[in-house]
Amino acid sequence: MATSFAESGADLELVGISKRFPGFTAIEHLDLTIPAGSFFALLGPSGCGKTTTLRLVAGLEDPTGGRILIGGKDVTHTKPYRRPVNTVFQSYALFPHMTILENVAFGLKRRRIANAQQLAHEALRLVELDHVAQRRPAQLSGGQQQRVALARAVVNRPALLLLDEPLGALDLKLRRQMQLELKQIQGDVGLTFLHVTHDQEEAMTMADTIAVMNKGEIEQMGAPEELYELPRTAFVANFLGQSNLFTGPVVSAKGDTMVVDIAGRKVSVPRERAQRHAGEVTIGVRPEKVALVTSEPKAATGLNLVGPGRVVDVSFSGVSTQYQVQVPGLGVQTVFSQNMVFGSIVNEGAEVWLTWNIDHTFGLADDADVAPRFASDEDTSAIATQRRERLEAELEGA
Amino acid sequence: MAFGAFATATPVAEPAVRRRSPIALFLLLPGAAYLTLFFLVPFVSLILTSFQTPREFGDIGQYDYAFKWENYVTVVQTYWEHIIRSFGYAAAATVLALLFAYPLAYFIGVKLRRFPLWQALALTLVIAPFFISFLLRTLAWKQILSDEGPVVTILNALTILPEGAHITQTAGSVIFGLTYNFIPFMVLPIYTSLERLDLRYVEAGGDLYASPATTFLKVTLPLSLPGVVSGTLLTFIPAAGDYINASTSFLGSPETAMIGNVIEANFLQLQNYPAAAALSIILMGVILILVAAYVKRAGTEDLL
Repeated sequence: MATSFAESGADLELVGISKRFPGFTAIEHLDLTIPAGSFFALLGPSGCGKTTTLRLVAGLEDPTGGRILIGGKDVTHTKPYRRPVNTVFQSYALFPHMTILENVAFGLKRRRIANAQQLAHEALRLVELDHVAQRRPAQLSGGQQQRVALARAVVNRPALLLLDEPLGALDLKLRRQMQLELKQIQGDVGLTFLHVTHDQEEAMTMADTIAVMNKGEIEQMGAPEELYELPRTAFVANFLGQSNLFTGPVVSAKGDTMVVDIAGRKVSVPRERAQRHAGEVTIGVRPEKVALVTSEPKAATGLNLVGPGRVVDVSFSGVSTQYQVQVPGLGVQTVFSQNMVFGSIVNEGAEVWLTWNIDHTFGLADDADVAPRFASDEDTSAIATQRRERLEAELEGA
Repeated sequence: MAFGAFATATPVAEPAVRRRSPIALFLLLPGAAYLTLFFLVPFVSLILTSFQTPREFGDIGQYDYAFKWENYVTVVQTYWEHIIRSFGYAAAATVLALLFAYPLAYFIGVKLRRFPLWQALALTLVIAPFFISFLLRTLAWKQILSDEGPVVTILNALTILPEGAHITQTAGSVIFGLTYNFIPFMVLPIYTSLERLDLRYVEAGGDLYASPATTFLKVTLPLSLPGVVSGTLLTFIPAAGDYINASTSFLGSPETAMIGNVIEANFLQLQNYPAAAALSIILMGVILILVAAYVKRAGTEDLL
């Protein structure tokens, strides 16, 4: 059992980790190194294996194959209570029969640390909850419970802190506040944080490094800006923000730019921003990089142009307006336009061209159709929403 | 609880102010009538009987209403051994039943959680003995444990049990019978508590450096305490008043007679109704005090 506090964060190294459950494989041969002191986010949709990865690191699951090293020490077969790791659980898992103070002091007492009470009070002060130390978890709000869960983990000064979607249950404002607090605590105590989330915004605001996970594999890893500006796969392009993707054959790939034929238009991509340089390729651009013009512009160097298309939907969202443009041969494309003037620049039904800077184009390593961007969303809540809408329409019609 | 005043101040949700509905009162009528007729009236009658005095120059079993409180002193003086024995046996049986039932309930409620079919089967097996009469099962044990029965024969052969020793008609066999008969009453409430136990708390215990044994003592056991409390009450209360297991026709002997056997004998054989009534009331009173003390302790302390 670890009897002293970790002086600093520790490296986490996963070597060829696999996890198979009866009937399905959650993770297949995953390699991952997280340097000490970093704030690392594992981002992915539910069922991508990110929570399983976290549970493997915590020791709550045994890997089918591979090794886990924390600070260079092999902990693959170490029991969870002997690992220098603490978890902030998605459900918080605060012990309901103990007071807040007892909850926070629990780990310290198990390690027989002398001034457990005092340290627990300090940890509670860090999350500004010392005044509720004698209450029970059930008497606290969700946000307060979340902070207690954080204090309960941080107080142990683990070499590695695991966060399992800890902000999932909070409302937007509290979530923002907690994101900042978490980041600050991480900086203050200098621990290694491994944060698992499906919320791309949360991952981007908080983490130094993001690994986007899909179907038990890491699709792409890097700094948030890097992942956003230069996604390598269609999945990353659509999971981390939105993207307009086009597929076409490469016409020429001489010099610094590669030209792709997109529904009769020549669209250029900087060569180093493309993963593939021959055959059918998928290229893309972020919706906020695209500008709408109402008359066909003259061909200009440095600009890509597609269109004309027709605006099929305009939705106002405060900071920006989202336009859906139906371009023949390309499907519906999205454009975000900042609201610099009152009202929308074009109305529904208008004929528009889409232009963007060549340097903002990226080329993917796979094809757009691999990503189920427009896959029917058939989870129960979507079905329920559809039903209700249909019902309401009927009622209004009657 | 070590940490001051807030520890027991769990707020109870205030019930919404409801209008007194005549229908609700009307629906209470059958229950109230039942309680009056079959609890209150016999109870008052029992109290009155316990103070009765023998009729002068009357036959055996003829008593007059009086206020002869000496009845209580007499029965305690005569039967104090039986009273202590009853609660001793009941306590021993409760502890044994708990030791046996908790692992069983844990296995069914936690380990079998992922296999609903096996869980249902295991629960059925726990309840299955109820399909056979309590008396028959106890008689069966008398046969099994009797001097000519398989257990004694084998133990004799292995020279574990000396020649001529008995298993039946001993305190051990009575406690065994009580334990056996009340185990389902212990298993079911504990199972109900453990079945709802959120295993994420157990995981959190492990994550916070608690070994499996510590996690059990600090997390699992306190969280299943409501089941343990109801299980021990459901076992202890009827066991203290039981007269089947300890009776000479089943697993007991005159030396193992419990308060229930004494009440039975006074009522049915000696026709000493005031003594039997006084003993019944003493039994009831002692159980009430013990249970109140136990619930108060278990309810406010978290066994920490």
